[in-house]
Amino acid sequence: MVNDVIVSVLLVGGALMSLAAGIGLVRFPDLLSRMHAATKPQVLGLLLFLLALAVEFESWPLVPVLVLCWIFQLLTSPVSAHMVGRAGYRTRHLRRDLLTLDELDDVVARAAEGDPAGPDRTEATRREAGGGTA
Amino acid sequence: MTTVVYVAGGILAIAVLLALYRAVRGPSILDRVLALDVVLAVVGAGLVLNMVAGRHLDNLVLLVTISLIGFIGSVTVARFVTDRK
Amino acid sequence: MSRQRIPLVTELPLVIWLVLVWGALWQDFSPGNLVFGAIIAYAVVNFFYLPPVELTGRFNVLWVVPFLGRFLYRLVVASAEVFWLAVTRGPSLRSAVVAVQLRSRSDFLVTATGHAISLIPGSLVLEVDRSTSTLYLHCLHIRSDEDAEAIRRDVRATEVWLIRLMGSRTDLDALTAEEARR
Repeated sequence: MVNDVIVSVLLVGGALMSLAAGIGLVRFPDLLSRMHAATKPQVLGLLLFLLALAVEFESWPLVPVLVLCWIFQLLTSPVSAHMVGRAGYRTRHLRRDLLTLDELDDVVARAAEGDPAGPDRTEATRREAGGGTA
Repeated sequence: MTTVVYVAGGILAIAVLLALYRAVRGPSILDRVLALDVVLAVVGAGLVLNMVAGRHLDNLVLLVTISLIGFIGSVTVARFVTDRK
Repeated sequence: MSRQRIPLVTELPLVIWLVLVWGALWQDFSPGNLVFGAIIAYAVVNFFYLPPVELTGRFNVLWVVPFLGRFLYRLVVASAEVFWLAVTRGPSLRSAVVAVQLRSRSDFLVTATGHAISLIPGSLVLEVDRSTSTLYLHCLHIRSDEDAEAIRRDVRATEVWLIRLMGSRTDLDALTAEEARR
């Protein structure tokens, strides 16, 4: 009985996280702010759903798989978020009028002047690739 | 319990509709990829809901697979967008 | 690709991780299964060669639980906050790109900090400058310089936690020296 209540709360909570992502996707003004909304069901929403699963089935052998599932998500979702965010910034998919502050702008401008390939960029890519497989 | 499953499923349905709206509207391909990522997350949530409702564990493999390789699509598209510029 | 031999000790964390993954996927942690998993893990590590990730060689188990607690707490708070912003503010939201200079020069630690920051809704790593270990973050709902400063402090606090958890000796010594000065 208590379990049922916990499972219900977790399920509805996880579903609300997805709903928040949906609302954020529709209402936020530009790509980069939408990305913040999108990471939520992937991290906290998944955690709540996995917890619901663990509580519902009450079996210990299940727990490592669920933890593993969450760890995979933790390792992979920042990689895709970083790649999409970086591509979005570089292809000017953001509303500059909505930025209070942009400390990357002049850095990028300087890198673009120096050499088009941009040493910082290849470095960043390699690092993120290494981080993803770590 | 059935009520909860229906409520959560309803919320997920609204979420997926909102995400699909963004996927259709765009405006850029990165927006669409992002929206489809959210759709994938909702599909994962739906798999868990299905397991809880049916009291089985058949979808667990799918869930682990989604969380492991779900990011590849958006990384590929992001790469493509950057390089074509 | 030139393939130099990697000593088993540096591969050991990866092998152990793969064995744990194997056990978790089979939902079976019996010795026989684990031994079989270890054989496969060893073969995988040797056949599918990856450049070794340079760990810092230090891991403080005592800090795991507090760090996870802080991480989960911030995750929940930030998620609720972004939900609230999506509902109330929506299109009129202002954000910022903030540069944060980290202390550590270790690739591993900068990556870990970036991951932890990206996972929490409301901040997102756009770019990394490896030579100065600077993270460029996109942050939601920044209206003034004070907000940006708060974000910087927050990120550097996350880094402090990670240094305590698994930073190298030199990073840890630098941190204690810095705290002693204050």
